[in-house]
Amino acid sequence: MDELKGLILDYVKREYIEEGDDRVVKEDTPLISGGIVDSFSMVSLKRFLERKFNVSIPDADASPQAFDTVNSIAALVTRFQQKG
Amino acid sequence: MSGPNPYQQRLEQFDWANAERELGWRRDEPINIGWHCSDRICQQGHAAKRALVWEDTAGNERTYTFDDLRVLSNTIAAYLQRLGIQPGDRVCLFMDRVPELYIGFLGILKMGGIAQPLFSAFGDESLHTRLDNAQTTAIITQRKHVLKVRKIRDSLPALRHIILVDAGDGPLQAREVPLELDREPRVEAFTVHPTAAETPSVLHYTSGTTGQPKGAQHVHSSLVSQYLTAKWVLDLRPDDVYWCNADPGWVTGTSYGIIGPWANGVTQVVLDSGFIAERWYGFLQKHGVTVWYSAPTAIRLLMREGTEVVKRFDLSSLRHLASVGEPLNAEAVLWSKEAFGTMFHDTYWQTETGCMVITNFPGMPIKPGSMGKPFPGITATVLDPRTFEPVGRPGSVGLIALKPGWPSMMRSYWKNPSAYENKFKNGWYLTGDRASIDADGYFWFVGRDDDVINTGGHLVGPFEIESALLEHPSVAESAAVAKPDPVNMEVVKAFVVLKPAFEAGPDLELEIMNFIRKRLSPLAMPQEIEFVDSLPKTRSGKIVRRILRAQEWGEPIGDISTVMND
Repeated sequence: MDELKGLILDYVKREYIEEGDDRVVKEDTPLISGGIVDSFSMVSLKRFLERKFNVSIPDADASPQAFDTVNSIAALVTRFQQKG
Repeated sequence: MSGPNPYQQRLEQFDWANAERELGWRRDEPINIGWHCSDRICQQGHAAKRALVWEDTAGNERTYTFDDLRVLSNTIAAYLQRLGIQPGDRVCLFMDRVPELYIGFLGILKMGGIAQPLFSAFGDESLHTRLDNAQTTAIITQRKHVLKVRKIRDSLPALRHIILVDAGDGPLQAREVPLELDREPRVEAFTVHPTAAETPSVLHYTSGTTGQPKGAQHVHSSLVSQYLTAKWVLDLRPDDVYWCNADPGWVTGTSYGIIGPWANGVTQVVLDSGFIAERWYGFLQKHGVTVWYSAPTAIRLLMREGTEVVKRFDLSSLRHLASVGEPLNAEAVLWSKEAFGTMFHDTYWQTETGCMVITNFPGMPIKPGSMGKPFPGITATVLDPRTFEPVGRPGSVGLIALKPGWPSMMRSYWKNPSAYENKFKNGWYLTGDRASIDADGYFWFVGRDDDVINTGGHLVGPFEIESALLEHPSVAESAAVAKPDPVNMEVVKAFVVLKPAFEAGPDLELEIMNFIRKRLSPLAMPQEIEFVDSLPKTRSGKIVRRILRAQEWGEPIGDISTVMND
């Protein structure tokens, strides 16, 4: 689980935080409500998760709540890894 | 026996001059939106009334009275003057929904500048296009967004000042100056620039099918329309607590997220946070919001969460709901009645119109799914696309057109008079949207009349996306079209022809998606990329987007006699 969270966190920092931005993003940092990832950008984040972790996340489960922190995203991915 | 309908009465006696009288303004006198939204409300005895209650993601809250608005907008206006910014100069606001954005807007207008609000999620290329076109003199921004400005400043010689509202004690780079309201001496008295009815006030950029985005230029007397439509359509009353979801980077966020409510002396609340349904309901409950102006995309996202979550909150304060951005489907209207006990009222307007033009106003029967009827003082029709004459028959689809002359109509596109002139035919302003009118005079939206993509209520131009796609090293040719989407109405889909050395695949698709998101904006990011061998073109080599769009929508392709067959 920690490795999974680390991979997601690295991706979020790389893709959604501007280079030089000194904001601290951690596993419990609000991403959606914090304005780091918006509802449109969630599409590319979901695409990354599905590709990287070989899961299929139904749109109904890809809610802003489920994508709000690295912790909640990791829980979502784990749930669908187990289902798959 | 019931008395006369008060809403109907005021519609029958309509005259824009009544609104001018209510604002205490005569046409030969100066008019300044910044002054009207702050000083005037104080002069009316409401200096201590709450004007803005702001809250961020973490729940931090700040409250500003109308006197705070007056003094702090004076402070910003005086600061801009000290920098040497002149009346008529464009000053960009590039911030999240922080108080400095709302107050800064008034400050720019008070010193005679032209406010140029831009959506803070814009990437550096979108930002550059708009700052370059407007020859913007100064930009007011935050540390988190200044990184994008630094990337492009060297190619923007007109941009003399980069003003940081949260500079702190950190290092500043070339042209950067701090403006922290907590540290600035408060300016109690400021001589507001004597702007006239036709003095430019706000420059909002909007997308078209061809070319780069255009700056719709508004004037200070737009206040008359924005004041009255906020009062009548949003039904704003002195004791209301009002919430507009729109970001001031878009026209809704300025016309009805700043000007409309404050010109009416109404308290507004702002949540600087992304969309989470429970957070939104908690915010409505906490602040006792009475009037809520939202958007179909947000409403459909709330619908997805169901009505059970709504029941966990006390939303009994909600009195009136309205929506804007794209057509509000009948299901969403009926769902809002079930969830909130009152229906969302759809409103239709554009960046260019500056105010609502086709509306469902209180007191008028709602036909769920309809855009409503023209606001009094607005003459609207649908035109035959061949003759540009009104179609005349109920139910016939045509181009939505408006007779120019209401106060907040744009006066031009910035430095682009030919594009402005092309928006008019036979004395009508063409909106670019199609609709029909039923026998009762209600308008029913059909779709766009061009290739512009309306995603989540925001217009995105295909040309801008295609130009950015070509900057990716793998892309040889591309076309961007609208694809149907259950939440956003439309999203961007791109068709891409790759250069020979590149191989199509999901990794490349994701790379290109992120490339566009960062260069332009999340709105412009294609949510799907289809790699193709060739694109449909005319014999002269022009890409025929309508064929690709028709495929996405399952519509007839139409005449393809001019399309070259590869």
